[in-house]
Amino acid sequence: MSKLKPVLSAHWDDADSFTLEGYRRTGGYKAATKALDMEPDAVIQLIKDSGLRGRGGAGFPTGMKWGFIPQNDGKEHYLVVNADESEPGTCKDMPLLMANPHSLVEGIIIASYAIRANYAFIYLRGEVVHVYRRVQQAIEDAYAAGLLGKNIGGKGFDLELVLHAGAGAYICGEETALLDSLEGFRGQPRLRPPFPAIAGLYARPTVVNNVESIASVPAIVANGVEWFQAMGTEKSKGFTLYSLSGHVKNPGQFEAPLGITLRELLEMAGGMREGHSLKFWTPGGSSTPMFTQEHLDVPLDYEGVGAAGSMLGTKALQIFDETTCVVRAVLRWTEFYKHESCGKCTPCREGTWWLVQALKELEAGRGTSDDLDKLLDIVDNIAGRSFCALADGAASPIVSSMKYFREEYQHHLDIGGCPFDPVASTLFAGDLAGGRA
Amino acid sequence: MTTDVAVEMITVVIDGFEVTVPKGTLIIRAAEKLGIQIPRFCDHPLLAPAGACRQCLVDVEINGRAFPKPQASCTIPVEPNMIVKTQLTSAVAEKAQKGIMELLLINHPLDCPVCDKGGECPLQNQAMSTGRSETRFTGVKRTFEKPVNISSQVLLDRERCVLCARCTRFSEQIAGDPFITLNERGALQQVGIYEKDPFNSYFSGNTVQICPVGALTGASYRFRARPFDLVSTPSACEHCASGCALRTDVRRGKTLRRLAGDDASVNEEWNCDKGRWAFKYLSSKERVTNPLVRDEDGELREASWPEAIARAAAGLSGKRAGVLVGGRSTVEDAYGYSKFARVALETNDIDFRARPHTDEEAEFIASTVINLKTTYSDIDKADHVVLVHFEPEDESPIVFLRVYKQVRKRNLSVTTVAPFASRGSEKLGAKVVQSFDQVSDLTEKSIILVGERAAETPGLLSSISSHTTAKVAWIPRRSGERGAIEAGALGNLLPGGRPVGDASARVDIQSAWGVQSLPTELGRSTSQILTALNSEDGLEAIVIGGVDPSDISSDALGQLLNTFVVSLEISHSAVTAIADVVLPVSAVTEKTGTFLDWEGRPRNFDQAIEGTLTRSDVRILSMIADEMKKPISLPSVTAAAKEIASLGKWDGAKAQKPSAPSSKLSASGNQAILTSWRQLIDLGSLQAGEENLAGTARPTVAVISSQRASSLGVSNGDSIRISTERGSITLPAHIAAISEDSIWIPRNSQGSQAIAALGAAYGVLVTVVKA
Amino acid sequence: MAYSTENLSTMDTIIARYPRKRSAIMPLLHLVQAIDGYVTAEGIEVIAQKLELETAEVTAVSTFYTQYKSEPVGEYHVGVCINTLCAVMGGDEIYKSVSDHLGIGNDEVTKDGKVSLERIECNAACDFAPVVMVNWEFFDNQTPQSVKDLVDGARNGNPPAPTRGPKTLRTWKQNSAVLAGISDGLAGEGVSAGEPSKLGLRLSKEGK
Repeated sequence: MSKLKPVLSAHWDDADSFTLEGYRRTGGYKAATKALDMEPDAVIQLIKDSGLRGRGGAGFPTGMKWGFIPQNDGKEHYLVVNADESEPGTCKDMPLLMANPHSLVEGIIIASYAIRANYAFIYLRGEVVHVYRRVQQAIEDAYAAGLLGKNIGGKGFDLELVLHAGAGAYICGEETALLDSLEGFRGQPRLRPPFPAIAGLYARPTVVNNVESIASVPAIVANGVEWFQAMGTEKSKGFTLYSLSGHVKNPGQFEAPLGITLRELLEMAGGMREGHSLKFWTPGGSSTPMFTQEHLDVPLDYEGVGAAGSMLGTKALQIFDETTCVVRAVLRWTEFYKHESCGKCTPCREGTWWLVQALKELEAGRGTSDDLDKLLDIVDNIAGRSFCALADGAASPIVSSMKYFREEYQHHLDIGGCPFDPVASTLFAGDLAGGRA
Repeated sequence: MTTDVAVEMITVVIDGFEVTVPKGTLIIRAAEKLGIQIPRFCDHPLLAPAGACRQCLVDVEINGRAFPKPQASCTIPVEPNMIVKTQLTSAVAEKAQKGIMELLLINHPLDCPVCDKGGECPLQNQAMSTGRSETRFTGVKRTFEKPVNISSQVLLDRERCVLCARCTRFSEQIAGDPFITLNERGALQQVGIYEKDPFNSYFSGNTVQICPVGALTGASYRFRARPFDLVSTPSACEHCASGCALRTDVRRGKTLRRLAGDDASVNEEWNCDKGRWAFKYLSSKERVTNPLVRDEDGELREASWPEAIARAAAGLSGKRAGVLVGGRSTVEDAYGYSKFARVALETNDIDFRARPHTDEEAEFIASTVINLKTTYSDIDKADHVVLVHFEPEDESPIVFLRVYKQVRKRNLSVTTVAPFASRGSEKLGAKVVQSFDQVSDLTEKSIILVGERAAETPGLLSSISSHTTAKVAWIPRRSGERGAIEAGALGNLLPGGRPVGDASARVDIQSAWGVQSLPTELGRSTSQILTALNSEDGLEAIVIGGVDPSDISSDALGQLLNTFVVSLEISHSAVTAIADVVLPVSAVTEKTGTFLDWEGRPRNFDQAIEGTLTRSDVRILSMIADEMKKPISLPSVTAAAKEIASLGKWDGAKAQKPSAPSSKLSASGNQAILTSWRQLIDLGSLQAGEENLAGTARPTVAVISSQRASSLGVSNGDSIRISTERGSITLPAHIAAISEDSIWIPRNSQGSQAIAALGAAYGVLVTVVKA
Repeated sequence: MAYSTENLSTMDTIIARYPRKRSAIMPLLHLVQAIDGYVTAEGIEVIAQKLELETAEVTAVSTFYTQYKSEPVGEYHVGVCINTLCAVMGGDEIYKSVSDHLGIGNDEVTKDGKVSLERIECNAACDFAPVVMVNWEFFDNQTPQSVKDLVDGARNGNPPAPTRGPKTLRTWKQNSAVLAGISDGLAGEGVSAGEPSKLGLRLSKEGK
């Protein structure tokens, strides 16, 4: 029996999976109808009972987040879907929205109903025009079908849904920065408290959830708590999308119960590219400390990855083989964090500026062992000191690579340069062995 | 002062010491109470917490549970059972702070030797206390083109900036002028403006003052001095009745800069750009430095003090003379004029109002203003603020900031009786009504802030005077007017609010002054005094101090031509040019004294510049009185202050309230009713010589309604001509929601000097045509 | 150039989507790029006026986000992903070769105004690495040669179709309009999902 469990991706091979007809043909919008017949609190309880945890990286229990919204407070409530997928390596929400946008729209209807929101937003990163088209069409079709707007399905529930394009800022994936951005400000994180559940969008109670979290809701409502609970591990229930990329034979999306291992996923991906071996990998995007060969059997759930010293994150498994220079890889990620630092706080703004320069020196083989210690000390002055978690993310690749590959850094210094041939890592360098068809 | 609700107190432990503070107090300030200084940059007690610079990281534990990371003490309020360890007791906090300091310095140019902030720079100071002596950063520093003129008076050196966002937060949160913002992002984040719209906020200078590095500098002070060469003196602002505490910094007898002083109950820590930067007049070449007398061939020549005093006394003795006191006198000087008029000249013909005025207003002042007790803190508690012919942003900027603070904080409702919504009113979200009787929703917690221009609408002060529900405040534009009232520099008032018409009030003063009698006839007003100078049995001489006749009327100067004029002035002016005796008086930085702000609150200031040759008005008046053998015995400011204090306040019967009828003009066709006020930055004489400040003045435009615009066939920016029989002004039109029959122009701005050009500034019909 | 009445009424339509109008600033900036190609002074001033903001506040927002351009870009704006994974898999070589081929560097435009180049960060298509975006449409699994062909086609008015997107590559301005929420009706074109996206599904159906 397959270790995979396609739910959200179950019909991505249908040519019309992204249309309303295609979605309805496979049972779409029945969960919404079911939910609108329940009490909102019962919907919240159902999601709480399911054990669904946020799929955007932090793994916070979704039902609990919904439960934080004060009820009967006479204020507007908002649901905001975080579709700003930008964490390096993360590539699950975009194909999901391109192939199956209605699962998100249906999830939004259910979630909004549960938290008593009559206005919902999808904050979609701006650099994906075709995804925007698909989601926008899905919303328009849902309005036309009476699934959005006034008195949805004749059940007396009103919901407006607005698709909002970002414009290129990784930090807007941080929920309070996203809210500021959506309010029309620079996307810089806000002080907490107050938390969004109390004062979020327009200072009103707001739930911010990841695309995959909300898109998973209809399946849970339709199939029930037991069905969902039967998948996954003790504290990490259900199914999720694992994204394999990099030096594997067949990269792609693998929807599976939580707790699968990289060894199992690699096997399905056809293994490493021909003639090469695994060197390092990220379990959930570049902000999660990297793993190596020794972590092949770590269960990829929230607890398993955490116990092994990293984070499940977005389950973005970026796989690098032995041709890859870890210093180069880390430098490039650090340049990313520098580029994406919002600038608000000193350690992130100035620290990433410094780290890029420091790593460039090291990659070029300039420096001594003391400079490696200095690098770690700079990181120590940045991680845990910044306003939000972006700088912690910037620290992860450096600290973890120094943990596993300090001798490779040292080797750069010893020979006065980078020992790797960057062309050897590419897919097309003279049709090197293992290049994909 | 009492607070309505008891404040919950919380006890926390910081570095092993207990401190009890009100709930809501931030850790960083609770620590201050213990004398523990946590380093900081973005923190400012009057701005919303940002948590941006991260310099103030400390270790925090609540209920035995420690935060896993050090926390920004500027963002976290104290809680019960909280234990805080600062850099003094926590190695983690100490390393965190040192780490942040190192990061702040990697891109800082360390150009302290050429930086204006050097010597008073929080970054420099804290780098000494918290930084390392040698840098570990060997890379490339961020550089920018420098400096950027973000306005004619503020310059920005971006590479010095630590991005604390104090300036941008001030501009948005305090001034309501988000003309500067943080632009770009990450390591390239920088303060900036929209390239076509400079930082022309009336309050921009505060950003220079609160900048914790030398990133923002004032054009007038840049590269002029080192802080440690300056001698600082606490002072009070002479520009308006807001009452700002200031600090005047002097080097070798010259004022180099003025800063906002701290006074939580008045200006908090802010002031306006006029108060900060308009002081060049103090060192102007136009200053009068020696007494002048007009000789036989009609020329003014320098004279000794004894000669000039003798000439003044001779010219005044036995004459029917009046006194005009400018609106910027200190209480002590105004008291000198008041006593001089009554004792030496034996007249009540004295008036401090060098501006449009009415008898109705004099009655309003004597009956009502004298008893007002409204203060800034009433604004903080008000449920509704009504502005009556009063534009706080232009006419009393700190009042504006105080009202704006409450608008932001709790959406305070504001109504303005005004021809249209000014920029200030727009920021306050004020509802515009055309007349006071359209104001509703007044309770005993409401406040009516009445401007001096209320006198320009007949009957208005009468109805305010009889208003009984809301609290009233009268806010004149000039710094000396409220003090002049207390000093009795008005025809119907003796010192301490004593009505001239009240015999027992006169007896009070007679006995205090040791004189046989005081004049009983009510005094003439400013305009009546001027008229009387030219009538057969009117006045024969005048003592005039600090008055610009063109502020009164276009005829005023001419009315002074054929009479004996004694002028007490700081600078050469239209009056000194025609005076018979000119006596130089000291300016505000050269003397001690007291202003009363609009609340009636004393604003004392010390002499900032010593050793000048000039003296205070009151001392000179006392010398003249001695020479006239009618002594007023006020040889010094201190003597005057003592005597004023000893007189006390009048507690007898109040003067009669005004009951003037109202009247209204109507206009039709291409006629319009003229309205105007003075913008904060304009051609006011105390702003002379400060070009950088003048560059931030608001554009001079004529405001007309869209109906008038379409009937004239003009759109925004097209020129229109406004004329009276006396003359005309041509200005670009600005279309706004102003009543159809009115037009508004700046009263005294470049290209729009209403009194001089049109013969009037309000309440007359003008003809408006397309130019 | 003044905005047309139609432009201004489109702005009002966008503003009306939101409970508070300031929220419309981002789609309005996308719309300005759809009209002018980049964020022009006029665009900033009109947005400030429409949203009752200061021009500085609009500038603060427009300069924060990298998709808003302060200078004109090409009709075809080519973004080569140079984040770690794409760079390692060939993005660096692709960038270098196309940069040499066009004779322009990062954030530069060819003289004919047809093509501009940008080093972009991760675009959420890592299983299609190396990835190139043109006008924010996906061009998956690229090689130096494929990107040279791509930009040559673009300069000749005949660009190839995106891998996952509409049948015909739209221009920078046209796609900016989509991001402002102005539908071009092309959602139905293109595949549901690329092959890697369907890999797990296929394996599962095969029982693997």
